[in-house]
Amino acid sequence: MRKIVERSLRQAGLDLTKVFEAGNGAEALVVLQTNPVDLILCDINMPVMDGLEFIKQLPGVANAKGVPVVMITTEGSESHVVEALSHGARGYIRKPFTPEQVKEHVVPVLEGKS
Amino acid sequence: MKSANELLAGKGTHEAWTPLLEMATREVFELMLGCQLTIPAAAEEPIPEVTAMVGLAGQLCGVLSVRCDGKAAALMTSKMLGVELDKVGPEISDAIGEVCNMVAGNFKNKIAGLAEGCLLSPPTVITGSNYSLHCLAESPGLELRLLFERMPIVISLEIHS
Repeated sequence: MRKIVERSLRQAGLDLTKVFEAGNGAEALVVLQTNPVDLILCDINMPVMDGLEFIKQLPGVANAKGVPVVMITTEGSESHVVEALSHGARGYIRKPFTPEQVKEHVVPVLEGKS
Repeated sequence: MKSANELLAGKGTHEAWTPLLEMATREVFELMLGCQLTIPAAAEEPIPEVTAMVGLAGQLCGVLSVRCDGKAAALMTSKMLGVELDKVGPEISDAIGEVCNMVAGNFKNKIAGLAEGCLLSPPTVITGSNYSLHCLAESPGLELRLLFERMPIVISLEIHS
């Protein structure tokens, strides 16, 4: 899924300088310890540490302060959306998606309009 | 739209879900792989070299699986990741697992109550040629046979409750 998302962002015309990948929330927290980022795209349904637990942990990570988080998931549950948004997620993209849908959700977040 | 419980309590539950499963599958292939699935003229059984499975738990318990041969799995991966077919490698498992995950999620989101009341497991993918799958589900499941770029794929939903 990580490659698909990256491909969609490139297809949407976004200029990606560097992309860091992680297989789950715990790995992502480790990546963030040493790598500042502009945007976090995160699935909910992941092994080890899911996306909802991951965003709950983000306030304790210096490199994640003020960084927008957009969730990408198959979960259509409204409670998941509410929970993700209540913990700071700025957007929510449901799979399957088109590159245009990714762009619609990501660009306003990067521009601070969402 | 009927809830999952109403459908499960009713007669012909499984048949009622077949069009939703087909729609969910078609949407995933159209949006993520950019291709249309077609109906085979005759039932074709793929050599099951790749089987992806996602568990469903909660209001609906069961397993959704996608199975196909290695060639179809490689082409799906190529289309989904935008890489040349001859450069596709071990990411096949991730790609097919993700297809299965998206079909399962898209399917449950089409049934009232299941988006909230049913959770998905992370995908499991089996590859190889010398294996068989045995389902101990109590109910007869759903099975869709479709063609992906003229290659047979099978989408199954085994229902446990």
